[in-house]
Amino acid sequence: MKDLLILRVVTKFLIPFIILFGLYVQFHGDYGPGGGFQAGVIIAAGCILYGLVFGLETLRRAIPPSIVQSLVAIGLTIYAGTGFVTVLMGGRFLDYARLAHDPAHGHHYGILIVELGVGITVSAVMLTIYYGFAGRGAGKAGG
Amino acid sequence: MEQVVHIALLALLVATALLIVRMRSILAVVMLSGIYSFVMASIFLVLDAVDVAFTEAAVGAGITTVLGLMALSLTDDREKTPAHRPILPLAVVSITGALLLYAGTDMPLIGDPDAPIHGHVAPRYIEETPHAIGIPNIVTSVLADYRGYDTLGEVGVIFTAGIGVMLLLGRSTRRRKEDEE
Repeated sequence: MKDLLILRVVTKFLIPFIILFGLYVQFHGDYGPGGGFQAGVIIAAGCILYGLVFGLETLRRAIPPSIVQSLVAIGLTIYAGTGFVTVLMGGRFLDYARLAHDPAHGHHYGILIVELGVGITVSAVMLTIYYGFAGRGAGKAGG
Repeated sequence: MEQVVHIALLALLVATALLIVRMRSILAVVMLSGIYSFVMASIFLVLDAVDVAFTEAAVGAGITTVLGLMALSLTDDREKTPAHRPILPLAVVSITGALLLYAGTDMPLIGDPDAPIHGHVAPRYIEETPHAIGIPNIVTSVLADYRGYDTLGEVGVIFTAGIGVMLLLGRSTRRRKEDEE
């Protein structure tokens, strides 16, 4: 698909908006519909779109698979780590009320942090699966 | 008016499902399952389940279709015609379907405020969320706070799936590259 000019231009124009929308869904999930899971999928979809149009190797150079692989674990660590932090602060596992002076604020922060963990793991896993499948097609599927 | 929308969307859903069963071209089946997910997302939207509709549209219609196409590029486009008539599977499906229809008549109507599911913990979530959690989206507060352990488990499942794909598919490409070198 590398020789289709219109597709390339439109994709380049669209991808920043897709990523931005993903970030909006991620950090606005407590006020509107959405959250870490949907945001992770949208951000991964933006990256996959880039890979489909510009080729797998270009995407690999932009987002190295090694970084994506560590992000898979980092997201889950953020979520579980929040639980252990609340235990260290004298509460129960994932007892967000301990995270701030005002329990309601603590709950709000806790939700934002664990949703970030969910978003990181989901987008990294989606990209890993894409890398796994596209890599097997030996570039045929990626371009 | 809402009845008409429901009936139209459900009819589309059934038509798509029947087409998926009839089609022999896997490319068409992948595209149709994307359409199926999109119609499903519209139904969730009509039922006011915006968060679920969002997930269905992003995962079902978006990522799954792309991954289906990727998998398709590694295999053949035509599904093999089965050698024998599928009598036994048809019987199993018909009996299960009949049982589900029979059981469905006992279900409370959609939106019934007296349904058992609305009498358990849901009122507490709705009353408490605005002042105890401090966020307007109750779905997010249930997912990430009241049911935080469940969501941690779900992230664990996604993590495991990612690691599994990494080990199964990632390694073989690396080995192939080493062979080429």
